[in-house]
Amino acid sequence: MPKRTDLKKIMLIGSGPIIIGQACEFDYSGTQAVKALKEEGYEVVLVNSNPATIMTDPDLADRTYIEPIDPETVAKIIEKERPDALLPTLGGQTGLNTAIAVAEAGILDKYGVELIGANLAVIKKAESRELFRKAMRDIGLKVPESGIARNMDEVRDCGRKLTFPIIVRPAFTMGGTGGGVAYNMDDLEEISARGLAASLKSEIMLEQSLLGWKEFELEVMRDKKDNCVIICSIENLDPMGVHTGDSITVAPAQTLTDCEYQKMRDAAIAIMREIGVETGGSNVQFAINPVDGEMMIIEMNPRVSRSSALASKATGFPIAKIAAKLAVGYTLDEIPNDITRETMASFEPAIDYCVVKIPRFTFEKFPGAKDELTTAMKSVGETMAIGRTFKEALQKGLRSLETGMPGLGKLFSSLPRDREDILAKLRTPNSQRLYALRHALLSGLTEEDIFEASAIDPWFIRQIKDLVDYEAVLQTVKPGDDDFAANMLKAKEYGFSDRQLSTMWSLSEFEVRALRKSLNIEPVYYLVDTCAAEFTAHTPYYYSTYETGREVQPKKVKKVVILGGGPNRIGQGIEFDYCCCHCSFALREEGVMSIMVNSNPETVSTDYDTSDRLYFEPLTFEDVLNIIEFEQPDGVVVQFGGQTPLNLAVPLMKAGVKLIGTSPDSIDRAEDRKRFKEVVDKLGLMQPESGTAMSLTEAREIAAHLDYPLVLRPSYVLGGRGMDIVYGLDEFEAYFANCSVISPDHPILIDKFLDHALEVDVDALSDGTDTYIGGIMEHIEEAGIHSGDSACVLPPYSIPAHVVKEIERQTVALAQELNVIGLMNIQFAVKDEVVFILEVNPRASRTAPFVSKATGVPLAKLATKVMLGAKVKDLDPWSMRKEGHVSVKESVFPFNRFPGVDVLLGPEMRSTGEVMGIDSTFGLAYMKALMAASGRPPLSGTVFISVNDRDKPDMLVAAQGFHSLGFKIVATKGTAKFLIANGIKTEAVFKVGEGRPNIVDAMINKTIDLVINTVTGKKTVHESKSIRQTALLYSIPYTTTISGAKAMAEAVREVRESGLGVRCIQEYYGKVGK
Amino acid sequence: MKAILALEDGTWFGGTSFTGPGETQGEVIFNTGMTGYQEILTDPSYAGQMVCMTYPLIGNYGVNPQDVESKRLYLDGFIVKECCKKPSNWRSTMSLPEYLRASGVLGIEGIDTRALTTHLRLKGAMRGLISTQELDPAKLSARAKAIPEMEGLSLGDKVGTLEPYAWTSTGPRTVSVKDGYAWRDRGPRVVVFDFGVKWNILRLLTELGFDVLTVPWSTTAEQVRALNADAVFISNGPGDPAALTEAVDTFKSLVETHPVAGICLGHQLLGLALGGTTFKLPFGHHGCNHPVKDLTTGKIEISSQNHGFCVDLSCCPDVVPTHVNLNDQTLEGFAHRTKPVIAIQYHPEAAPGPHDSRYFFGRFRDMVRERTGK
Repeated sequence: MPKRTDLKKIMLIGSGPIIIGQACEFDYSGTQAVKALKEEGYEVVLVNSNPATIMTDPDLADRTYIEPIDPETVAKIIEKERPDALLPTLGGQTGLNTAIAVAEAGILDKYGVELIGANLAVIKKAESRELFRKAMRDIGLKVPESGIARNMDEVRDCGRKLTFPIIVRPAFTMGGTGGGVAYNMDDLEEISARGLAASLKSEIMLEQSLLGWKEFELEVMRDKKDNCVIICSIENLDPMGVHTGDSITVAPAQTLTDCEYQKMRDAAIAIMREIGVETGGSNVQFAINPVDGEMMIIEMNPRVSRSSALASKATGFPIAKIAAKLAVGYTLDEIPNDITRETMASFEPAIDYCVVKIPRFTFEKFPGAKDELTTAMKSVGETMAIGRTFKEALQKGLRSLETGMPGLGKLFSSLPRDREDILAKLRTPNSQRLYALRHALLSGLTEEDIFEASAIDPWFIRQIKDLVDYEAVLQTVKPGDDDFAANMLKAKEYGFSDRQLSTMWSLSEFEVRALRKSLNIEPVYYLVDTCAAEFTAHTPYYYSTYETGREVQPKKVKKVVILGGGPNRIGQGIEFDYCCCHCSFALREEGVMSIMVNSNPETVSTDYDTSDRLYFEPLTFEDVLNIIEFEQPDGVVVQFGGQTPLNLAVPLMKAGVKLIGTSPDSIDRAEDRKRFKEVVDKLGLMQPESGTAMSLTEAREIAAHLDYPLVLRPSYVLGGRGMDIVYGLDEFEAYFANCSVISPDHPILIDKFLDHALEVDVDALSDGTDTYIGGIMEHIEEAGIHSGDSACVLPPYSIPAHVVKEIERQTVALAQELNVIGLMNIQFAVKDEVVFILEVNPRASRTAPFVSKATGVPLAKLATKVMLGAKVKDLDPWSMRKEGHVSVKESVFPFNRFPGVDVLLGPEMRSTGEVMGIDSTFGLAYMKALMAASGRPPLSGTVFISVNDRDKPDMLVAAQGFHSLGFKIVATKGTAKFLIANGIKTEAVFKVGEGRPNIVDAMINKTIDLVINTVTGKKTVHESKSIRQTALLYSIPYTTTISGAKAMAEAVREVRESGLGVRCIQEYYGKVGK
Repeated sequence: MKAILALEDGTWFGGTSFTGPGETQGEVIFNTGMTGYQEILTDPSYAGQMVCMTYPLIGNYGVNPQDVESKRLYLDGFIVKECCKKPSNWRSTMSLPEYLRASGVLGIEGIDTRALTTHLRLKGAMRGLISTQELDPAKLSARAKAIPEMEGLSLGDKVGTLEPYAWTSTGPRTVSVKDGYAWRDRGPRVVVFDFGVKWNILRLLTELGFDVLTVPWSTTAEQVRALNADAVFISNGPGDPAALTEAVDTFKSLVETHPVAGICLGHQLLGLALGGTTFKLPFGHHGCNHPVKDLTTGKIEISSQNHGFCVDLSCCPDVVPTHVNLNDQTLEGFAHRTKPVIAIQYHPEAAPGPHDSRYFFGRFRDMVRERTGK
């Protein structure tokens, strides 16, 4: 059946900012969908608030709305654009929920917009736990015993009927937000309260726990002629009880017989039909009782998901692209398989390798959060590895995580002792469980002991045992032995890295490499071809393995290798993937073959048609150098993938690799504190006073000399890891009491902290001679808050023009001095109109996509061209620049995932994503950014203010702002006294502990609409934490900075005056540039 | 134990035997199914062949007493990347190496199965030897050339039953038909010609209410008529259909009197009986993911496939194609315009593979009902 011709204009809703449970996999799927629809000649309207996505690039969709994804805004866009159809299944849970909301509000009917892919009834049947359970029973499939609760009475009622442990699952949320496992009534009440608050519909399901059951997932596609195919089966290494996003998962399923697999396949297809998913991809999750094989259905998602992205990368089958084509009327047999070209999409991929996905956690960023894995997802990213065996893929995956582990084992000489401790770590799933499993085996625990403690399937335990056993063998062999080559080969087949071998054999990594090569033990590259070699494959998507075939040959053309960013983590996410993709696009434009190396399955960069070649490989020195030696590229790009590739720059250079762009020496001059100080001094610029301490004694001396407040941080860190601001000696000592190491190898950097200074980020493009200032962004939060966590405004809104000029001058001077070829990012602080340099990063920054979208100048693309030899002057970015509007970037935080963690911002970055607001004025743009990040702040109502003494004078402006807008002001005693003294009518309220009803009571009773709470010093932080926790739990808008409060008042004022409109990015760009 | 797989063209692969010492030979083919090795091992259609599994990790779920497709193992060698010695599955009663050893089938692991598969795809299925005794690849390759070619090979005697048997809830029960056969008459009577039938065909026929009697493939048309059967079913099996001229004659006769259905080799034999020809595919279809279009409904099914030969119906005006393979457009099924004859090239009984095509048995049941009123 051909595509539908009655549709002309199709709207897509993206998934918004990167949050836990919803990451760049939806940029990947959304981008595929937009491209697929455009390819078919449809006009595409896109809504997505996330500027760091490829899908919001202005030349992808026809009309790109970088606007908040809420029903109200989407309704405005529908009213304006009048699309024929809305495709709701490619923008994650956010896209789906928003589509439901506009449909239920009657907007779609009003404007005659058809939901394609899945209609409202289907979505509700799949997403409502109650309807879904009934549907499953109707087709004879089992679901766990459960009950639905809409309030706490019903929760208690269910708690009495069901047996503990009970799993709490909120309806209509993604990534299991607000869910958890309750072992007793107290747990149940606590978790349910969170769950009810998190659910869009205030509905939670309480469900019989299947803890310890095996968990599987199938990715299904269906077309409108009812043809169904299974794209991939996935088996979780972690048993039920761990969210699938937090589980180590393996494709295909490993421990099911064909009979059992087919039963699951039949069930998945029956579910598709019963739920009525008309076209597109869905995933179905199953639990299997390991004792007797009893099968239960856990859930199904009638949309593309994180798992479908993984399945696409694991098999080479582009689920999102095909789903988009099915939605407009094609059937599976009409869509060609791009990889084989000869065959069609109506088949089930056969794979001849093993795929392991491992989640990346950042518990260290959230002190107070327990490293415990439950049904609520906590991982911030993931890595995928491909190998011919599970063992090979697992070890590749573990070293791809970049947590410092070179594989399963790192140290081989010491034997772990405490079995009880190990067993405890196995009993409660946590981010370190796999290493605990290794320790368990090393300490002599049996497979049975481990299975009993962890419920991990014995097959996985034995695979890991094979690795552990072989570690022991490898430690007994040495170069020169008869069977050394055979052992070396087997070690590589088992996925051991050169680094692991170097530790075992007391050699350097380079020596192991040389030895290995001298024995001709080198990887080959095999294809991901969807068909297990049954047909010729045309798409160049490769993985390394130690086998005999030679199916990939380097091409003799001009080519450049791009090193990607690896797994998402806080501080390194989609922004860098965006830059890598743009680098690839630019190479293609210049006729240079692009070769991408990355290990992150969620990204656009690892889509099979983004680059000319894709190596799905770990970003380690060994794996990257293997590819470079094989491909012999003309250059390697390290400046787009964030810190990961940058850390490889020097080792690669030493290995003789030709890097293009800014030289590693320049990178070092910018990153090495001493060398950078020389640069700053040479140029006559200013830096906050600082020192480097190799010991605690030295640190104390420096502190005494500089005086407080001070910024303390370990050198060479990403995203402000371990960074803190201390205001006095007690806090200083506390920092070192908690800080892990200080030594000549791990020095601590100490800076004078510029209190109440403005912070400014600058992105610039340079060829060493000419420098283009891409954007100057003024932070809304003061210096001291990590730049990745701050909101920022482009162009600056309060910095005087002459200071802006000075910032530009310094940027140009630094770019020239460091001979930057490509992008650079500088952070400045401005105090009393004096400009200080905080940091220079001679690489693409987190803000590069934001600046590119805000100004219409594709910085990363231009940087690539500069790296290939073009001149900035000739590229003339000045002529492309679009102005006349204000863009605001706001950060998005995962605090709701880590109950108990304080939400205060500081020098350690904790945001997972960002949004962009764009409008004609600062206030309107900031309002949009706030709406996109965490929901609309109140336009009227009651503001609660509690600020520390230091902030009180500044607070006045914000308080006056809200007061003049008619807000009622409520404050704690001290603040109230101060405000009243300054003529602002204020009602006093008790702090927690002063008496009842206190502020927290008021918040719970919903009489507070906005919370402004600033603190300094550990004591006040502790005292006021419950206020911030309550705000988070009850979704009350809050800000923890004065500058944020002031900006918010401004935003509310402007919105009340002029209202909010919607405009697509192409309209903004229609304005005449400078 | 070190072992070598050598092909007739001189290509060889070093590996390890996971079943102890031995030597074996056969036509080397590859199967792309990611599950179902136990069904493959017990599928009589693999007689004379050595199967290379493209999925690298085989044996993970062990072997159980239920998932068998015949009495024993028929293939002549099993080629994998990594064999799991300690399986994990609640139904598993034995490991893969134990199972193969008990049946005297040689298994080799450590083979670069992707390289082997790519080679077979490019050069076609070829003869080969696996040996733990002779480790000189050149000598093995020379011997491989002497192995009989699959083309022209009749293997029915080797794998088909020699005695008639009824299918019961507990499996096969040998019966005598010398003095006629006492049908249980719980439903239409079907005689199944056994060229190496997969038990799941018999299970599914029984499920649909058929009274199933399996007979040796050499049974004549007269003998079938003497049995008073309502319908005839022709099984799958190994070898070249063109070598089975007597059987073709039998079916030429039976299509005149009975509703007849055939699967796989049965499809090929019916094709020949109706005037078609057969030819060998370069490397065959072996796997669980081939898309087939049912031309009568326009629907696509994901099919279980295992055949090296294919039917050409270009000179049979009375026969209409009903199914086509969407990968290579080869014929996957046909029906006679006027006679109650249907056939399908792949495996609607699955085992292993998807269940999408089970409706074929329903169609056969309907056809029999229409014809016989039973």
